Amino acid sequence: MENRSQPLSSGLRESATFNRHVIHEIQRAAQTGIYDIRGWGAKRSLPHFDDLVFLGASMSRYPLEGYREKCETGVILGNRFASKPLHLDIPVTIAGMSFGSLSGSAKEALGRGASEVGTSTTTGDGGMTDEERAHSKMLVYQYLPSRYGMNPHDLRRADAIEIVLGQGAKPGGGGMLLGQKISDRVAGMRTLPAGIDQRSACRHPDWTGPDDLEIKIQELREITDWEKPIYIKVGASRTFYDVTLAVKSGADVVVLDGMQGGTGATQDVFIEHVGIPTLPALRQAVEALSELGMHRKVQLIVSGGIRNGADVAKALAMGADAVSIGTAALIALGCNSPQYDAEYQKLGSAAGFYDDYQDGKDPAGITTQDPELAARLDPVEGGHRLANYLRVLTMEAQTIARACGKSHVHNLEPEDLAALTIESAAMAGVPIAGTDWIPGKRGGF
Amino acid sequence: MSTFDLSKISVRELNQHLHQLSEVNDIDILEPRGAHAVACGLTAPLNVSIRGPVGYYCAGMNERATVTVHGNAGTGVAENMMSGEVRVLGNASQSAGATAHGGLLVIQGDASARCGISLKGASIVVGGSVGHMSAFMAQAGTLVICGDAGDALGDSIYEARIYLRGQVASLGADCIEKEMRPEHLAELTQLLTTAGIHADPTIFRRYGSGRSLYHFHSDQASAY
Repeated sequence: MENRSQPLSSGLRESATFNRHVIHEIQRAAQTGIYDIRGWGAKRSLPHFDDLVFLGASMSRYPLEGYREKCETGVILGNRFASKPLHLDIPVTIAGMSFGSLSGSAKEALGRGASEVGTSTTTGDGGMTDEERAHSKMLVYQYLPSRYGMNPHDLRRADAIEIVLGQGAKPGGGGMLLGQKISDRVAGMRTLPAGIDQRSACRHPDWTGPDDLEIKIQELREITDWEKPIYIKVGASRTFYDVTLAVKSGADVVVLDGMQGGTGATQDVFIEHVGIPTLPALRQAVEALSELGMHRKVQLIVSGGIRNGADVAKALAMGADAVSIGTAALIALGCNSPQYDAEYQKLGSAAGFYDDYQDGKDPAGITTQDPELAARLDPVEGGHRLANYLRVLTMEAQTIARACGKSHVHNLEPEDLAALTIESAAMAGVPIAGTDWIPGKRGGF
Repeated sequence: MSTFDLSKISVRELNQHLHQLSEVNDIDILEPRGAHAVACGLTAPLNVSIRGPVGYYCAGMNERATVTVHGNAGTGVAENMMSGEVRVLGNASQSAGATAHGGLLVIQGDASARCGISLKGASIVVGGSVGHMSAFMAQAGTLVICGDAGDALGDSIYEARIYLRGQVASLGADCIEKEMRPEHLAELTQLLTTAGIHADPTIFRRYGSGRSLYHFHSDQASAY
């Protein structure tokens, strides 16, 4: 029998253009007549933080002693206009993910984990639950085009408001939550019939363009008596202009989500082909803030493919004030855990590959509304795992910052970075290692 | 009766004062001059009269208060209203009553595009006509239109109800005319009476969701 894992040994040659995945997708499309909808973020290989390295201190720079000298990690978010900015202990926050897309126990676990280490978590497209509020020391309330569950009471009990214009996985696209996840409670919160395939709008219903947005922000500030920081979240595409307009609209904080950022349910073609990677988007965002003289005054949170402390440190070195994690947080809770591999296999997937968040059959009890599956996730235990992971991210970032001689992770700077590829050098705006060459800069080509 | 003159104080000062009130109060607001976010975020059963035109988001997210605009209203009047009553004696711009969950919005004149967009339970009564894309993705609640409706009325509507007296330029995706049963006539009669608009409810037609787009299916692709 042919060994499918080693086709070359039998002389078979796989097409680079029509590889097995492509062939499978054509066959699936022909069979079903509908596009593939899935969760997760872009799975294609993209220039990313892995293509950057730090220039640790040596003769020309002094490092800090790893276990002796302090390296601060605190972040203040939203002190441009809000009277009550957020004070985070670590520069890692939890990204917006809805109750509906996630189970109640998962939302509780995210709140518990974030609170344990002094950072914030975020609601999603579906409103705020009492459990989420109760277990989140700092909770950011998303203000989305759908306005599902939006009400002034929750607006006032939030710690910050995040106006969502886009998402890295689908800039320009609205949300969707398929019928199998629209339980009675989810339907009630969204004022929708239970069991239908829910579509969220891609544009806000009562404003268009940055001039209107400025007035919308004024309204939200008036309703909340100018207490809450107002974030604006954009999916990475025309990032320089989007960030410029967000600042001009009056944002306290800009949240930038690269195309590696996750989603609960989106068309595969959208995830893989719309938007730009986190790396170039981050550079453009910092350039926009700097050009306006607002870098570090309007804070920048970046998300989309943050996995470890090195990613955190590189994002901060490029100019972010904090990062946000979604997919990694779910993995920390137990998503794609090997303990459920047999069940993933029954669903046609495997541990490490599972992305069918839209189906609501998640064996780990995270991306589901099935009460029996959701009960598998102990929110206390899950929260503790998330807190552990967040601590590791922070310690790793501190380790790198100390090696670069920084007493605060925010003191990391582009000068501490070198690129390993031409693409990453051009996108991140840092020189290729061993050179002073940045493609497109200083007369480069 | 308390009077506030917006030519002398800021919108911030006005709203801050209104937010501190918890009991019934009569409020008169003078010289609004198209200011934005006037009387938004109210939570007390106030009777607020605004003597002139207002800008965007007047009475936004209103709870319990009764707000009357003696003039025209800009974009998003009574957006996301939870309860209470907002009455515009003139015309209203785009997105009037957008995403409103409860309460009653009465517009005695015309309303522009997207009136009642993403409506979530409130009642809107428009004495005149409404612009295009009104009741787009409206989920619950009622939109009464005593005049005509523009293009794509009720596009992708969920469970909201539309009552229309005049003509509709075109219906949006999955919006269909439905039978006017006695309970609908009773609801419409009640709404017109409460709104204080004199119109014969028996000549209205009802529109709502055909519910054919509630689940994704490739056969429906041409509907979008």
